[in-house]
Amino acid sequence: MKYKDYYASLGVQRNASSDEIKKAYRKLAHKYHPDVSKDPAGEEKFKEVAEAYETLKSPEKRAAYDQLGTHPPGQDFQPPPDWGKQFGDGQFAFEEADLADLFAGLAAGRHRPGRQAGQFRMPGQDYEVTANISLEEAYRGTEVELSLTVPEQDEQGFIRRVPRTLKVRIPKGATNGQRLRLPGRGGKGFHGGRDGDLYLNIAVHPHPLFRVNGHDLYFDLPLAPWEAVLGATVEIPTLSGPVHLKVPPNARAGQQLRLAKRGLPRPHGAQGDLYAIVQIVVPAATSERERELFRELAQGSTFNPRGRLEEELKSGN
Amino acid sequence: METEHAETQWLTEKAEFSLTELVELSGSSVEELRELVEYGAITPVNPESSQWVFPGQCLPTIRVACRLRVSFDLEPHGVALVISLLDRIHDLEAQMNSLRAQLPRRVR
Repeated sequence: MKYKDYYASLGVQRNASSDEIKKAYRKLAHKYHPDVSKDPAGEEKFKEVAEAYETLKSPEKRAAYDQLGTHPPGQDFQPPPDWGKQFGDGQFAFEEADLADLFAGLAAGRHRPGRQAGQFRMPGQDYEVTANISLEEAYRGTEVELSLTVPEQDEQGFIRRVPRTLKVRIPKGATNGQRLRLPGRGGKGFHGGRDGDLYLNIAVHPHPLFRVNGHDLYFDLPLAPWEAVLGATVEIPTLSGPVHLKVPPNARAGQQLRLAKRGLPRPHGAQGDLYAIVQIVVPAATSERERELFRELAQGSTFNPRGRLEEELKSGN
Repeated sequence: METEHAETQWLTEKAEFSLTELVELSGSSVEELRELVEYGAITPVNPESSQWVFPGQCLPTIRVACRLRVSFDLEPHGVALVISLLDRIHDLEAQMNSLRAQLPRRVR
């Protein structure tokens, strides 16, 4: 069994009072709790902190933990010979156990499921995982492999942490932040209890071209000044392949051209839309002929792009 | 035989749960869920009915509420307050994301 320094996890001295332990836990929980923290490493940190607090907050478990002595964190160790008898029923499987499960077993005391088979219905644990998928995968639906470390009970009723790989199908309809429930794909229930569920939080990777807003997608459509004025038919990429988009004459910069039902499919109901945002781009380098044409345009046009600014300037005077 | 559809469930407003189902799925008690309704953390689609039905998004909210209650040792009112603040944060993030999606990027 690997040693974990619960006092170090909470950043307190070994002789800290229960009040100090509680305060240290609360401070760290505020910082790392996955439901309130934005820290990407928060979840792992919080697990460590919560595990430490779970044992140190109970005087009985803390005394049992203290009796394990001090070892370098991560080092294999064996509890003192009479430890099991002193704090439990002596039937602990130390070798492969995780320290957290050992203390969870202590909490259950003589109600360990393995010893009272058939008496307690225990639902299986729910798992919650973030599934990172690409925009194309969200569009088509996909299958993802999730690696989890989950507590499982062996035939003797001992709990061990085992790595499990789950293959799950994400149907089309996903978008960022959406939740998917997979009934019965969590931990196994015991003694007639139902199997737990698997909850997926969908996270869509940023796409180099399309920006996601719910089930709608946005992208920038660069147009030459003459295309914006005269209108144009341009070929654009969509998630279902290239399509032709007709840009109406006199398109303005920032104008949104909607391509209905070219966004992400919704789980129930209509598909999202795709929006092309017009951007008017001027050539970086122009030939003498092009400049000549622009000069001709400048002379022949009565267009004043700064009319409103001039009005503002006049009213200010 | 289970169909593909029965194996997965999007937790949107289209998925609906009864109070009994939410109790079973979240591990909360009826009393805890009633308090969350009372304090406005979750809202049934038919608040006037004696047989409440909840939209699918309520399930993740209740799961968060359970975690907050246990982790921070919160009273029901405190849980509801945190949930409402988290909802506001999520709404603001959604608005920010929506505006960001519509903001043109620099053309290279």
